[in-house]
Amino acid sequence: MDFLAATGRTFLIFLEATGQLAMFTGRSVSHCVRPPLYARQIIRQMIDIGYYSLPVVGLTALFTGMVLALQSYSGFSRFQAEGAIATVVVLSVTRELGPVLAGLMVAGRIGAAMAAEIGTMRVTEQIDALSTLSTNPFKYLVAPRLIAGTTMLPLLVLIADVIGVFGGFLVSVYRLDFNASSYITRTWQFLEPVDVISGLVKAAVFGFVISLMGCYFGYKSRGGAQGVGQATTNAVVAASILILVFNYLITGMFFSTK
Amino acid sequence: MTDTPKIALRNVHKRFGPKVVLNGIDLEVGRGESLVVIGGSGTGKSVMLKCILGLLHPDTGSIRVDGEETTRLGSREREKLLHKFGMLFQGAALFDSIRVWENVAFGLIQGEHMPRPKAKDIAMAKLGAVGLTPEVGELYPAELSGGMQKRVALARAIADEPEIIFFDEPTTGLDPIMADVINELIVKCVKDLGATAVTITHDMASARKIADRIAMIYQGRIIWTGHARDIDASGNAHVDQFVHGRAEGPIQMQIRAL
Repeated sequence: MDFLAATGRTFLIFLEATGQLAMFTGRSVSHCVRPPLYARQIIRQMIDIGYYSLPVVGLTALFTGMVLALQSYSGFSRFQAEGAIATVVVLSVTRELGPVLAGLMVAGRIGAAMAAEIGTMRVTEQIDALSTLSTNPFKYLVAPRLIAGTTMLPLLVLIADVIGVFGGFLVSVYRLDFNASSYITRTWQFLEPVDVISGLVKAAVFGFVISLMGCYFGYKSRGGAQGVGQATTNAVVAASILILVFNYLITGMFFSTK
Repeated sequence: MTDTPKIALRNVHKRFGPKVVLNGIDLEVGRGESLVVIGGSGTGKSVMLKCILGLLHPDTGSIRVDGEETTRLGSREREKLLHKFGMLFQGAALFDSIRVWENVAFGLIQGEHMPRPKAKDIAMAKLGAVGLTPEVGELYPAELSGGMQKRVALARAIADEPEIIFFDEPTTGLDPIMADVINELIVKCVKDLGATAVTITHDMASARKIADRIAMIYQGRIIWTGHARDIDASGNAHVDQFVHGRAEGPIQMQIRAL
């Protein structure tokens, strides 16, 4: 019977958490679309998420593109398909690796920072102080982060796409002795708008999820330094897993043949 | 209408899970009065303030401000109501990402949409009123000592000239001289504004200095109220024990043997 009770309790806790998250999401989104918006806060978050993530995302994309070219060469040369490398690189980067890797890197960088900052504000009563100063914490803290995350990640991924393809180009031309102009031609040849667009849609969803998890776990954190540490871990883990799940779902939406 | 109490609590209950924190609080605070609520740690003092502010929702009971029931307000009316309140938090709760003067001006800029230069002038004047120089206004909160942070927090609490000010343990963690400085500032600010003040503390020196009237909270109830000058002749064993800080008496600390 203990086993049943434990299962039931876990299930109830799960339901409660889901409900809380749903309510949190609803409130947050409603504050994103209702004026007034705090432009100063939104710009600050955009710079934080967009501009300061560029080096990390750029390096990730560069090496991913490079390693893709190397790997596909060693694989494809076994059946004389080296010609497909340019296409493989550009499709992999724009559809999958650009958004997913950028999302995971930003989740580590930004999701953690958001959870730690908002969590610290929670445990030091700064969030209560906001309310007593007639400022809605959802509007002042959460909405700017959601807006900035959802708009900045697609931009980051667009840049990551370019850098990733360039990485593949570098390795193919300077290490594997491909002809530069035919590599570029092949890159464009089979690329369709939907490849890039699906990646950008993914990026927007990932940006939303990262900010939401950072804000949610930060907002709910309790009990000092340990609570904030826990919130930070939870935010990154939850964001990373949700990124992978949504990646599958969105891929299914765009590219399912049936 | 002059005898409507500024704040009136009737039979307010609040529990967290199985733990009953407020167990039927009845309390009235008159207009322009300075009430000090004393009581040991964990007796529900802070929870009571947060219920009045609407940061926590009482389970049952009525809380009236200016005769108006506040327990069922929507978020918009609540925001409007909070314009009447200022609060000094126990840990100061200054926003550490913005400068000292921006902290003081926060309610004016975000809450009342005052232009920044004008709000800055007011903030600097308020800093002067608590004995801080304009140079301090340009620093960040982390660069200040504990006593200075408390003074900044006091300046922030009075910046938009609230009708009601709450002080949550204003002297905790300060040396006796700084504690007295804060006490005198509180008395002066409250008198200058003609505001109603509610202070919660366990510092008797502070209570005697600030209070017109003192109330004692014990096990989630108000067990005694009276004029500050009567506190030594309360005729209540609980109050006597607290005022004189004795370990022996009707209040037994729950100290578990290891």
